[in-house]
Amino acid sequence: MDWLNANFLPWLIPLPPFIAFAAIVLVAGRSRAATQIIALSAMAITWLLSFLLVLRAFAISDLGKYSRGIFGSSLSDILGGSGWLVNGTGNGALNMGVAVDPLSAVMLFMVPLVMMMIFIYSLGYMANAERQARFFAYMSLFAGAMLTLVVADNLLLLFIGWEVMGLCSYLLIGFWYDRAPQQEVDGVAPYQAAMKAFMTTRAADVIMLIGIAYLWAMTGTLNFREIFFDEATLERLATTPAVGGFLGLSAAGLIGICIVIGTVGKSAQFPLHIWLPDAMKGPTPVSAMIHAAAMVSAGVYLIIRMFPVLSAGANIEEGLLSAPMVFMAVVGGFTAIFAASIAVAQNDIKKVLAYSTISQLGFMVAALGVGGFAAAFFHLITHAFFKALLFLGSGSVIHGMEHGHHVAHGHHGHGHEAAHAEDDHAEQAHAEHAHAEGDHKAHGAVFDPQDMRNMGGLIRTMPVTAVTFIIGGLALAGAPLITAGFWSKDEILLEAWHLMGKNPIGLLVLALLALAAVLTTLYTFRQIWLVFFGEPRTEAARYAQHYNPARGEGRDEAFNSATMTIPLIVLAFFAIFAGFVGVNPSFPIVGPLLSALGVEKPLILYIKNALLEPPPLPDFNILPVLLSFAIFGVGVYAGYMLYARRPYALGQADPIERVIGAEAYRVLANKYYIDELYERAFVKPMQRIADGYSRVVDRGIIDGILHLIAAAAGRIGDVMREFNRVVIDGVGDGIPEAIGDAARSLRPVQTGRVQQYLLFSLSAALVVGANLVFLAALPSLVVPALLVQGGIVIVLVLFFSSSGAQATGSGD
Amino acid sequence: MTLDFLTLLTFLPMIGAGVVIVLPRSQKNLARLVALAFSVVVLGMAIALFAAYSSGTCPEGNLPQEMRTAAANAPFTFACQHVAEFFPLLNSKWHVGVDGLSVAMILLAAILTPLSILISFEVTDHVHEHMALFLFLEMGVIGLFVALDLLIFFIFWEIGLVPMYFLINYWGGKDRQYASFKFFLYTMAGSLGLLLSLQLIGVMAGTMDIPTLLATFPRGLNAAGQPLAFPFSADLSLVKALIFAAFFVAFAVKVPIFPFHTWLPDAHTEAPTAGSMLLAGILLKLGAYGFLRLVVPLFPAEAQAFAPFLAALAVGGIIFGALAAWGMNDFKRLVAYSSVNHMGFVVLGIAAFAAVYNSLLTGATFENDEIVRRSVTMATNGAILQMFTHGLSSAGMFLLVGALYHKAHTRDLREFGGLFALAPVYGGLLLFTSMASLGLPGLAGFVSEFQVVAGSWWIFPFWVAVAMIGLFLTGAYILKSIRAVLYGPTNPHWRGHALEIEFREVLALSPLVVLILITGLYPNWIVEIINQTVTRLLGS
Repeated sequence: MDWLNANFLPWLIPLPPFIAFAAIVLVAGRSRAATQIIALSAMAITWLLSFLLVLRAFAISDLGKYSRGIFGSSLSDILGGSGWLVNGTGNGALNMGVAVDPLSAVMLFMVPLVMMMIFIYSLGYMANAERQARFFAYMSLFAGAMLTLVVADNLLLLFIGWEVMGLCSYLLIGFWYDRAPQQEVDGVAPYQAAMKAFMTTRAADVIMLIGIAYLWAMTGTLNFREIFFDEATLERLATTPAVGGFLGLSAAGLIGICIVIGTVGKSAQFPLHIWLPDAMKGPTPVSAMIHAAAMVSAGVYLIIRMFPVLSAGANIEEGLLSAPMVFMAVVGGFTAIFAASIAVAQNDIKKVLAYSTISQLGFMVAALGVGGFAAAFFHLITHAFFKALLFLGSGSVIHGMEHGHHVAHGHHGHGHEAAHAEDDHAEQAHAEHAHAEGDHKAHGAVFDPQDMRNMGGLIRTMPVTAVTFIIGGLALAGAPLITAGFWSKDEILLEAWHLMGKNPIGLLVLALLALAAVLTTLYTFRQIWLVFFGEPRTEAARYAQHYNPARGEGRDEAFNSATMTIPLIVLAFFAIFAGFVGVNPSFPIVGPLLSALGVEKPLILYIKNALLEPPPLPDFNILPVLLSFAIFGVGVYAGYMLYARRPYALGQADPIERVIGAEAYRVLANKYYIDELYERAFVKPMQRIADGYSRVVDRGIIDGILHLIAAAAGRIGDVMREFNRVVIDGVGDGIPEAIGDAARSLRPVQTGRVQQYLLFSLSAALVVGANLVFLAALPSLVVPALLVQGGIVIVLVLFFSSSGAQATGSGD
Repeated sequence: MTLDFLTLLTFLPMIGAGVVIVLPRSQKNLARLVALAFSVVVLGMAIALFAAYSSGTCPEGNLPQEMRTAAANAPFTFACQHVAEFFPLLNSKWHVGVDGLSVAMILLAAILTPLSILISFEVTDHVHEHMALFLFLEMGVIGLFVALDLLIFFIFWEIGLVPMYFLINYWGGKDRQYASFKFFLYTMAGSLGLLLSLQLIGVMAGTMDIPTLLATFPRGLNAAGQPLAFPFSADLSLVKALIFAAFFVAFAVKVPIFPFHTWLPDAHTEAPTAGSMLLAGILLKLGAYGFLRLVVPLFPAEAQAFAPFLAALAVGGIIFGALAAWGMNDFKRLVAYSSVNHMGFVVLGIAAFAAVYNSLLTGATFENDEIVRRSVTMATNGAILQMFTHGLSSAGMFLLVGALYHKAHTRDLREFGGLFALAPVYGGLLLFTSMASLGLPGLAGFVSEFQVVAGSWWIFPFWVAVAMIGLFLTGAYILKSIRAVLYGPTNPHWRGHALEIEFREVLALSPLVVLILITGLYPNWIVEIINQTVTRLLGS
């Protein structure tokens, strides 16, 4: 088998990280160097293989247009046989396979690249952390799972990658598993955050599973191509009413909503967004992994992938949306503005980014809701680049702040310098310092290296980090023309604008997203200004940097510093230039300019071949572009007025607070108290039910009834025995009498269970044997024989249940 | 009685038990090793049987032509059949044979027994008897899976009960008296009705032969092809309903189906580790096996009428099992309740099967015929695969709970915490096995749960939707146990304690780990033969 053939190559892409995971867990875990080499080289091989494949895929401009025009193969192509999971006869088997169509090709360009950068960055970031083997093992598994999801040619394999990724995020968020809630600034231990992430996404996943089950039941397959490129199937899905006429939906509608709920969980959309901000508890490279390259992207990738089912029955040209699309539009639009408003009031550098991720994912989900298939995918790609950049940049900042803190307080004699060598992972230090410093009131307030109020002026000591971070921030804010974020966001607004005239949902989405975009620019400006500009507000900020050559800290530190800054530069490049592949050719000046440069196959045209009937591309319209300009302008102006004009000083109320009032600010800062609400409304009551359930129902009611029966039977047994003795005595040496005698003699023997059992088996054998012979010999007397047996059985049961009652008494 | 392969497979463990018992009392290690050796030989034979069955090279056997003809319409076709005289007065014969369902179950039993024996090496009290009981138990379950005669079936059914009673009663924990007695009494009470019922069937149909009964009884015929006659002038359908009820109770207790499950947490909590492994791994499957082999095929009409209730009880087990497990602070009790939760999926699959089987048998066509057929096949395959995968993961979980208890002498989850740092290998294995139990895609449990959910959806959409609450809660109790044992600050009490898993325990767990992974990644290796049997069952 030619494994480098483009049809088989996709199998190999997720393989190296899986092998790395196994190798680290089973063999290499003891050696730091071996661990790093294995993980990094596996990722590099994967990157190389993907690149090879992507080159071939990009060379075919109409990849996917014809029913077999994709790269891929199935398990039965390799192993022969009936596939992965046979069912019934004929072709009912579920097969597993890989496929590279335009969507997965573009993903294969972005995902391994970003992952590679994250891995390189981790080398420096985790350089001195303990449990390095575990970290790289989990990360490799994470990468493998995400790539499996990308190359999957069917929903089931995608779901496998999806869930394994969920596990990895659980493991990585809880990476510092032995930390207690009291050791954390916000009182949330990593293991709690990990459980929250797992359970929240699981709530969505079990509903998504129903969607998958339903889709399978309707179609008998889960293969994307077989469903999406079969008009009859899609038609049937759209016209069959949902099971039980549920809410008047069609089958496709119910399936679609179930699947979108999966995305709501995975991509942290309202109301299941609560896990994502807490996911910051993992090491920062994990945050980048979750927020950019993998996890949350997977959620949006799913609904882009499933778009033909989600939009079954819709006619976007005429403004007719399907139920799942309306659902996406409303959820996505609301989440975009909801999360953006929270981000404005966060002081933790990573929390701001976390909420901005939620908000940006809302943009993508809403875009799909208004039919912007290509726009959503475009934004997914650009966002991955600049969000990875921002997270890695924030890690760099935290790292620098940590370092600065050590340098600044080195002379205080806390042994910081000595401890420095093994204490380099920022998150762990993050909380530890908050705690340790809290004990030393001499330092005043608790020091938190992630708190932006403690920063300021970092551009002077950390210029590379600052410049790249600012580029990322500009892309996030959608700075016109020069950043990738502008082009993709503009595309989404254009889609909503286009729908506006035909369906009020378009107007709703446009309004929500425009407002969210203003807030995005505002919080980004606030973040950049608080971190990098103005005067350093603490000593730590003054000395913040990765390492100080003047202090002669050695080449290792320099190497670590380089591994952390090079990925920033690479990602910054893409944060600017990734947008130009999606520029509408009719965009004034830039469009023709790019065409002249040879960039004439914009992403959007390329990926539409992933669908049988791609939604119409909206005509270019200058008004949403002007709106984008205005949004950016307003945001920057507000940010400038609030933060840049008058420098913020430590201890002051946040300028936003002064504008919107302390009450409103507190609501935002506390994330609308949603966590508290869930805790009180769902978590605690459920826990109480679970705690009480077995005591009340199992032990109380069910066992109570059993014990009651046993006790009653014991009484009746006593009566029966008396009856036997008085009335039937002398009638015959029947078996009941023998049992009665035996019972009398054995009853007091509390520990004689074995003897009781022996007695029982003996008499049972006697009864059974006697009756069998009787039945066989005289079949005509079967009725009296059965009556006799019935009587014997009753006596036996009564006898043993009365013993049981005693045993119960002694057992309790 | 000539000795054929299945007969030998059945009685070899008993021979082993006899050998172990007569070994010198002082030779404890010898007893352990001999018992292990016998169970490994049985495993080898079971693998050979599996291979022979899946390649279709099972020997013809000595089945007489008239029995072959009488069973021609049976929904199961058996291989390796062997017949010998046993109890002519009762028309009972020593009739054994296997199909895809029993081959899978025999393989499971043969895999779990040596692992349990290996784990039992830690027992020092009455080693010979202890080891012999495991082999005796293995004989009981293998005998049950090969039995094709109702009387033989019942005898092995009872035999399966006895060794477990003694294992709990003698080698169990603090409350072993109560637990073993409850277990015994509960199962026995169920069995009595079963005994009566199968005698009634024998009388009515004039045969105890299961294939013959399956071919004739559901069609209202006796072995001679005459209409069934009940000697007493009772309504035939009423008698059938009563027999069905008796069968149901007997098997429902064993599975256990909610609300007949309360013996299970007690029995598990008190049983020694290896006893729990076999109890959860194999003995619970006997009940589900009874449903699939006897209850639904013999009483299709009654089963169809009862199916919606069965689905409701299954979902009850799924949800309440998970809730109860979540509320537990005893690690072993938590895992015990997880069996109620997981076996609920087996029952849900069986309910879907029962809901449709009668209509298939009478040749009815459904509104969405194709969908119904593919769904019921999926659900039934899933129920059987879930029996297998739950056997693997539950045995693994009990092994790990026991491994920790053996060293820490407590199972109270509140006393652990942060043990990941002290026992990283144990932690890794616990994570893996817990995830298998949780049904993580990529591992065995997911495949079967997916099959049951996907297959039952069309038949019981409401109950499947409700069951998702249970699936969600599965996550809650699994994460609770992981958090309590592994995560959080390390409890200083355990510093200096050797809690790391021993090599012997890793050795016993690793076959399970490998099988869980293989089945999760390529389930077809076993589903192919299950599906063969199920397709035949649903197609006839």
